[in-house]
This record gives sequence, structure tokens and C-alpha cells, in this order.
Amino acid sequence: MQLTVGNIFINDLQFGPVTEVKGKTLYVNKEELTELLLQDEHLLSVNIDIAHPGDSIRIMPVKDVIEPRVKPELDGGIFPGMVSKMFPAGVGLTHVLKGVSVVTTGKIVGYQEGIIDMQGPGAELTPFSKLHNLVIVANPVSGITPHQHEAALRKMGLKAANYLGQAARGVAPDESVTYELLPVHEYHKQYPDLPKVAYVYMLQSQGLLHDTYYYGVDVKNMVPTLMHPTEVMDGAIVSGNCVSACDKNTTYHHLNNPVIHDLLQRHGKDLCFVGCVITNENVTLLDKQRSSDLTAKLVEYLGVDGVIISEEGFGNPDTDLIMNCTKIEQKGIKTVLITDEFAGQDGTSQSLADGSPSATAIVSGGNANALITLPPMERVIGNIDPVEVIAGGFKGNRGADGSITVELQAIIGATNELGFNKLTAREY
Amino acid sequence: METKRIVLYLNQFFGQIGGEDKADTPPHSVEKAVGPGMGLSALLPKNCTIVGTIICGDGYFNENLEEASAAVRQMLEEFAPDVVIAGPAFNAGRYGMACGMVGKIAHEMGIPAVSGMYPENPGVETYRQYLYIIETGNSAASMRTALPAMAKLAGKLANNEPVGSAAEEGYLSRGIRRNVFVEKRGSERAIEMLLKKLKGEPFETEYPIPHFDRVEPAEAITDLSKAVIALVTSGGIVPKGNPDRIEASSASRYGKYSIEGIDSLTSDSFETAHGGYDPVYANDVPDRVVPVDALRHLEKQGRIGKLFPYFYSTVGNGTSVANAKKYAAEIAQELVNEGVHAVILTST
Repeated sequence: MQLTVGNIFINDLQFGPVTEVKGKTLYVNKEELTELLLQDEHLLSVNIDIAHPGDSIRIMPVKDVIEPRVKPELDGGIFPGMVSKMFPAGVGLTHVLKGVSVVTTGKIVGYQEGIIDMQGPGAELTPFSKLHNLVIVANPVSGITPHQHEAALRKMGLKAANYLGQAARGVAPDESVTYELLPVHEYHKQYPDLPKVAYVYMLQSQGLLHDTYYYGVDVKNMVPTLMHPTEVMDGAIVSGNCVSACDKNTTYHHLNNPVIHDLLQRHGKDLCFVGCVITNENVTLLDKQRSSDLTAKLVEYLGVDGVIISEEGFGNPDTDLIMNCTKIEQKGIKTVLITDEFAGQDGTSQSLADGSPSATAIVSGGNANALITLPPMERVIGNIDPVEVIAGGFKGNRGADGSITVELQAIIGATNELGFNKLTAREY
Repeated sequence: METKRIVLYLNQFFGQIGGEDKADTPPHSVEKAVGPGMGLSALLPKNCTIVGTIICGDGYFNENLEEASAAVRQMLEEFAPDVVIAGPAFNAGRYGMACGMVGKIAHEMGIPAVSGMYPENPGVETYRQYLYIIETGNSAASMRTALPAMAKLAGKLANNEPVGSAAEEGYLSRGIRRNVFVEKRGSERAIEMLLKKLKGEPFETEYPIPHFDRVEPAEAITDLSKAVIALVTSGGIVPKGNPDRIEASSASRYGKYSIEGIDSLTSDSFETAHGGYDPVYANDVPDRVVPVDALRHLEKQGRIGKLFPYFYSTVGNGTSVANAKKYAAEIAQELVNEGVHAVILTST
């Protein structure tokens, strides 16, 4: 089996009469997309806007970011089992519109949606400032519950991305990469002298607006399972959560998981990448024990020498991270953990809620409590009002000039725990 | 370049007064570099001059902390240095404590300070948040490597140049985490760290896991029917409107709310301020997070003595451990003073 990913590089996004790729520009028929999205009875109205890198624009509160993709050999869109019919993700051909994304915003769902600044110091902290963003501001009908609101926004973003993805169907990619997928024992034979490595991919599943979906299945209700690394590239994993913006994995992050990408890049060079174990971060002790036991078992079953474990969120999931680490190390398999830190605004507090002597190798995405002042922008897309109450905001954080002071926590993807960024924290 | 003033602090031995027999020497100063100050002078940037040396016996400093501190403070006021260098003290405990205290005095005066100590010197643990302590060996044999690092860091501080991380500059961590951008993204750093770990090569974790507190559970209460029980939560339940403005995340405060005469927390008068979960169920029935209804029931049945007439509430979401510890210490002290026997802590 194999997956070929064809990247189509887009360097401009404009509205136009037809949704299509012409040259390096993606044109979007605003009316057609609006009509499609308003088919959801939970949405009262949508406004579609465009934000380019370097624009003096602040987008908030951001719910999700999604990259448009399509399977040219299949009808319909990606995200199987979620907003498209079921198909096995991660094989065949996938076209990607690189350089653009769908950003969903509007009335705040919870407290934990974040900020994207398209220029200035905030832009340096989020990868999405570098994209041409199609921003969809959605207003739900009244009387809707937060979880209905979340579901409506989630599906709206995925549908919009699939709509844009259709424009990539007949376009010849600028570059193509093919990933070969083998049975586990074949990997072991392929590179007998290289260290065997797996990836333990922890998915946010604390519930109450903290959910992730695998082929449409709420991962709270899943036991850890094996996954081909390429499945994420077709949207097998979808974000459905409002965890603090800095370290939630948006759907864009899942589609472009950097651990998977970098392990595949080095496969056959200095390591042999055998596969992924996906697991959850449930809230009860029994669930945590079950998931960490089964994760350690699957890692051992893959016969690997080492694993990278990535976390999503912080606090409660720190216990899942440490349980996974401890149980895998107990089997004689080496671990490296990717997390971020909540060390207080002054950086002097303990960074994680849990720890173990087994956790000797940790990569940090930075201290999410650190403060930053974001200068005023000419335009806000979405709604600035929740800026005091979003996670990372506080009362009185709005300057008279339109500047805002927030913890990095409030910036989408700032301390990402998949290792998407170059930010880290050091001892001073 | 503007001339910068450096003041050195030394003990009786390095100040060239004498050995243990002179340890009771009170603080005094000379307007020149002494002992290690000669080496430091040669290593400091050209615009930095050691304008004076304060010398005090280790015994005197530690046995007369208040007097010694006052005298050192006065001398520092007179010298008005840009940077203070204390020691290096290596593994000499009393000398390390004195150097640390001098660093603390300088810190309070807004003057940066540098010392040098062996990691196990008690001065490190006590004073490291106030000054930069370059890691040295355990004896004066490491003077040769200590002085260049101390001089380099003191020069940077004097000239207001940015100071690098503990690992980059060679000082012992002050326990402060600061964000920096690095060359490679996290996934790549993780893979490289794993490959080193697999090969048995040395690697450096980006976050050393600290020692975690383990709290021994208190003795069980033998007769609950006489016990006063209090409710404390990190689930963010507050009177409607959140009068104390407890933040949805990274709470900077906690609240204390009366439940005198209240049999149940209802959505009419209570809600959650917590931003880390879907609030619908907590707002519908705040008893789900702070179970006043259940406790009142037990109180009426006589199974518990009394429900304490207040509950305490903060938001656990993203709140630093240091703040949580502070709130807990204050709340616990109040509860002890009020004669509360046990607490039910609810989290979300």
C-alpha cells in the first residue's frame, strides 16, 4: 500500500465567480460556499472574509483551522466517517492546497478559543499567520447548547475545507511525495540495523467540549489502537475541542502532524518508523489506567526500541502522559515526551502537574503562562469582546489603543505539543 | 563606553586577613581589588573597574546577620556599584550563605549580583533567586574556571547585555522558565533526543522533572457525627456574576462564599467561573461541583456534625502550582483556626 501526497502551492486567495485554482491563486465563490454552509439548521448566518500574511488583522475567537485537501480518485471530500462517507484514509492519492486554510470563528463556544494575529509579535507565535486564511464567522441560532454549537462549527469548518479541496481535484501538483506502507514485520526486515521507532499520539478526550474524533468516532469511547502514519493526511483525526488555544491540536495540526512527517522523512536514514499508536486522555482513573496499559502493550507488540509520545492539553492530561511514559519505560522501551509548560507568568512555578523519574527526556513547547502584549490591529475578524474571559486573558487586559495583553495560552498553536514550532523554554 | 563600577565581597580568607582565627572580623571595605579581585580585574570587560572590596569574617556574618547585612548595605550605598561580585565561595557553607545574603541585599537595592558556588553549597538553595551563581567545583582548585565565567556574566550585567540561559552562561538555575526560539522545531528535537537516548549517548532534556510533593493523608476521623466538614473546590463555583472576578484560567485569586441557611446550590444564585470545561451541567446544578445538598442531607441525618458555613472556590484551569499552594496554605490556616476537622476537595 502507498499514499502519494501531491502539494499544490497557493500564494494568493481571492473571491471570484467560480471556486477554482488559477495560476497560484485560489478563487472562492463566496455565495455558493455561504449557501452550502447555511444548510446547517444550527447556523443563523455566516460571513466569509480573507486574511493574508502581514495584514493588520486579528482573528478571534478561533475555533479550528483546516487545510483543504481532496482525494482525486474518490468522490466527495476527506474526513471519512465525519463529514464524508467512510473510506480507508492514508492510501491512494491526496491533493493538498498548501498555503491556505479555513479558519472558523464567530460567537465564542467555550472560553478556550484563541487568537491569530496576521502581523506583529503575535504572528510569530502562531503558524497560521503565514497562511492565506479563509475566515468564516458563524453565528448560531439562539437557544443552542454549547456542545451543539461546537458540533455545528466543527462540521462547518470541515465542509468548507472540503468545498475548497474540490478545486484541487484536477490540478497538477507542484511536488509529490510517496509513502510506502508495510506490514509490521516487513518494516523490521526492511532496515534490520536501524533503531525501530513508534509514535504514541495522545488525543484530547476529556469531554465537555474537549473531544477528538477518529473516523467520526469520539475517541473517549475508543481503546488505544494502531494507525498507519499516513491516515492523518486524509483527515482520519479531527479536532472537536475548545481546549486552551496554545496547545490544542487543530485539524490543520493533525493533517500535518510534524512528528509523523519528520519520522517518515528519516525512515530508512537513521531510524525505522514502524507505526503509530493513538490513545486518549480520559478523565477517570480507570480510563487512564486502561488506556496507558493498552498503549504500552501495543508499543511492545510493535517490537520497537523507542517511542515519541505527544500530549494534547495540560494539567489533567499530564497524568496520562506520565502514565504512558512510565509503563512504556518499564518494558525497557525508551521514551521522549513532547509537552508544554504552565510555569506561571513569572516562570517560577512547577511546569507540569505530574512527573516521574522515568521522564528523563522531554521536549518543551514553551511556557504558556508567559505574557505578551499584542499591538492594535486595524481590523478584527470575529469578535474581540471575549478577550478578557478566554483562557489566557484576564480582566483589564485591553489597552485604550486596542492593544491586548494575554498569556501565550490564548494564541492558537503557540506552545503546540506535536512539536510544530521552534519555541521552547529554558532554565534561567 | 561608559565606565562601570564593580564591588567585590570576600571573606576573611580570600580577603587576605587570615584563617579561621579571623572569622569573627566585622565587615570593612577597601577601595581596591583584593585576592580573586586581581584575577577578575584582568577578565572583566575594559569598561568595568573593581572600585572596592567588602571583607567580612564568615563567622561574624552568619552569627550577626542583621548587623552584618546593615553594614554591607551601607557600604554598597556608598560605593554605588553597577554590579556586585560575591565570592566565589565553592563549597564553603558559611561563605556561601554570606555571598547569597550579599546578593539578596544587592537585589533589594536593584543591583545585579554574581557569585560562584558548588551546587551543594547551602547558599545556592537559599539565595539562588536573588543572584546569578556560577557553578564551580567544590574547592578553590576550580578558581581558574570560575573566574572567567563570573567575569563574563558580571560584564554582561554591567553593560545591560542580555543574559543567556543557565546552561549557556554556566550559572545554577534560578528556577525561572523563560521562552526562547530555537533553530529546530520540536518534532525534530524530539527525534534527535530519542536517537541519542537509544544509542546511549548523552542528551539534555528541555525540562528536568522536579521532585514532586507527596502529601501523607491525615489520620482518619473516628467519629464523623461530631466533625465539622468544609467544602473547597477548584471547580470555579461562585455566586452568580462572579463577584470576585476569578479568572476562567490562571486564577489569580480564590473566593470564600457563605452557605449559611442554604440547602442546595441552585442555578438561581450560583454558577461556575471555570473555563476548562463545558459549563452547562455545572451551571444547571452547581451542587454537582460543590455538593452542598448531599452534605446538608448528611448533616440532617446526624451522620456528620456540621457543614462549615462557607465554601472556598478557585479555578484550577491553568493555575500555576505556586499560586495553588499559596491559596491552599491560606485556606487551610483559616479552616484550622475555625475548628474544621475535615475538608472535601472537589475538582473538575
